[in-house]
Amino acid sequence: MPNKTFFWFFLPTGLAMILFIGLPIISTGIQSFYAQHDQVVKEVKKCDPFGCTVSIVVDQEATSILRDEKPLGKFNGFGTYIDRNHLAIEQISDFWKETDSFGEFINQVTNLPFYKALLFTLTYCLFVTPNVLLLGFIIALSLNAISRKIRGPLIFGTILPMIVTPLVGSLVLFWMIDAEGIIGANLQLMMEDPYLSLKSSRTLTWITIIIYGIWHHSPFAFVVFYAALQTVPQEPVEAAIIDGASRYQRIRHIVLPHIYPVVTFVALISLMDNFRVFEPIIGFSAEGSAQSLSWLIYDNLVNEEVILFGSAAATSMMTIIGIAILLAPVLIRTWKEFRTAR
Amino acid sequence: MLFGTTAYADGHCSKPSGSINILANDFPALRTFVETAKGCKGSADFKVTHSSEHNKIAVPALTANPSEFSARIAANSSIVPLMNQDLIRPMDDLVKKYGKGIQDSQLITIDGKVMAVAFMANTQHLYYREDVLKELGIPVPKTYEEVVAASEKIRASGKMQHPYAAAYKAGWNLAEEFVNMFIGHGGEFFKAGTAEPNINNAKGVATLNMLKKLASLSNPDYLTHDSEAIKVEWESGKVALMTLWASRSGTLLDDEGDAKITAATKLTGPATVGGGNIPAATLWWDGFTLAKNRSDSDAEATFIALAHAASNKKMVADAADQAVWLVEGFVPGPKSIGVIEAVKMGAKPYPMLPQMGLMHGALGSEIVEFLQGKESAEQALKDVEAAYISKAKEQGFL
Repeated sequence: MPNKTFFWFFLPTGLAMILFIGLPIISTGIQSFYAQHDQVVKEVKKCDPFGCTVSIVVDQEATSILRDEKPLGKFNGFGTYIDRNHLAIEQISDFWKETDSFGEFINQVTNLPFYKALLFTLTYCLFVTPNVLLLGFIIALSLNAISRKIRGPLIFGTILPMIVTPLVGSLVLFWMIDAEGIIGANLQLMMEDPYLSLKSSRTLTWITIIIYGIWHHSPFAFVVFYAALQTVPQEPVEAAIIDGASRYQRIRHIVLPHIYPVVTFVALISLMDNFRVFEPIIGFSAEGSAQSLSWLIYDNLVNEEVILFGSAAATSMMTIIGIAILLAPVLIRTWKEFRTAR
Repeated sequence: MLFGTTAYADGHCSKPSGSINILANDFPALRTFVETAKGCKGSADFKVTHSSEHNKIAVPALTANPSEFSARIAANSSIVPLMNQDLIRPMDDLVKKYGKGIQDSQLITIDGKVMAVAFMANTQHLYYREDVLKELGIPVPKTYEEVVAASEKIRASGKMQHPYAAAYKAGWNLAEEFVNMFIGHGGEFFKAGTAEPNINNAKGVATLNMLKKLASLSNPDYLTHDSEAIKVEWESGKVALMTLWASRSGTLLDDEGDAKITAATKLTGPATVGGGNIPAATLWWDGFTLAKNRSDSDAEATFIALAHAASNKKMVADAADQAVWLVEGFVPGPKSIGVIEAVKMGAKPYPMLPQMGLMHGALGSEIVEFLQGKESAEQALKDVEAAYISKAKEQGFL
């Protein structure tokens, strides 16, 4: 395609991206450097049906003067980024000095909200992504080998988890694993432990969410792999069969190299998706045991009576940086291959 | 008397005109209240949004100018963000002009200005199963120590595995339980006159230990159970003692569900804790506020309609079961025992402080690990304070 044609072709998309993705990210970035003005409070008498007390309120006159002067708030630089609820630089250096063993230090650090969320997010990515790739590939291979007559309904059944809205999918599982639910109650019977609860133990909650994640994301990998498998040329496969190659050898040396670019693509998309894990935490009401970076942003924006814009903006920026770091190795590799191919 | 009531209710509607749009939480009493207000809409355009997500909509919707809503039904805690952002207007003039039937005790005044008009009260108190307690010879508990002892006895008897229930869902609910228990221990959340946190002390530790003891007597999934979930547990007959909102008593005692359980469900006041004499509970009011960013004529129309409901003797007589009304002429029924006892025992209202929301938020996430047995009470309280301090600094309170 000539560059000029490409430019006009890309222009509408490009503009929409700048307008709806680029500018909001810049605005979020700016917001993350600001905090609220110092609150001017005054003592007043408050009366309600239960009696009167002397208490404090925000002095609106004084505050509105401050706000009119600087509507964005007080410039805070990286203050929000390094405070205790985010990178917690100060706290970590204190822990380093105070703690005796490395294990204890790690314990203290992962007790901080940001690192707690990061730990879960990374664990989730690390377990879900490879398993999704593997499971998706196995399902695609199996379905590809099945008679064409029953393939249609089977494919439909396989992609069901992706069709079901994530929140609904997780809610269904949530009720099933409840101590009174079908899975939860049967597990208690089997283990002969009436106090066993999948939802109160942190490890079990993590495992549940990870299994849910694999279940939910595998169909995506499957669909892409299945499409790619249709493009595998039959001649080399047949030649390999004549040469006496086993099924494993054919997959290892012919199919996999052929669909390798697609594997990279699925891995990239999965990693990005998994790093932003959010719905299952809400669906499973797992806030107590599992928090992700996206959940932290949500928490700052809706769970507080006061909306913490600065905090949410800072976490958002760090999530973007986190995804960039995570994707860097794959991107660099793709770029190198692209260069050598030319 | 009856005739007089009706005439009175009708006599106080001044037929407003303009536009009325109300944002309210979603439970039966509020629906009744808004419906009553609608009866006095005159020629005004009347709209209402009932939503359990009202807290998330309120601030953005009232910040817009003109504001989406002309009135917001708020409570002790949800009026604070509206005050902090200067989103509601004082209504002294309107009260003087149109508020004849409203009692002085209904007025929420801040710095001498009427900022809200309350119409119902709420609190969390104890519910118990009379049949279970009688059978095991357990007296009705008055303190949380007795609740623990009673629950242990029920568990030992083999009748119920998890005899106690309270809304311990991580987040707002769990934090609310901490607030109740901490106040029951006589705690103050902030150092006097400042926004410095003051919970990492003996009272805080005692509060956490009591919460943990109660949690160990609850369904193991307690960290995911909100008020609705424990209501369902109660109705399935698996719980004999429960701390729940008074406003939910209506749905517990209605005709739906197992008649035997409903008949044995009894209400009593909130429990005290740690030898204290005030209950481990907070008092709440629900009342209406008027949006600041809305025309004076709309505010006037809205006030006329809502004041009609907030002084309506017929409504409180007809809906005496739905709530503890603060309106004149309300005769408390058996479902209001909890709130009335709480007031008699001298329960404190939920702290209406500008920075309380941040403390509530920090509590909801940071005490979970203590309940799971992953860290000590002192560490959990230290975490709460640290999380609160960071947020309070960002919001300019410290």
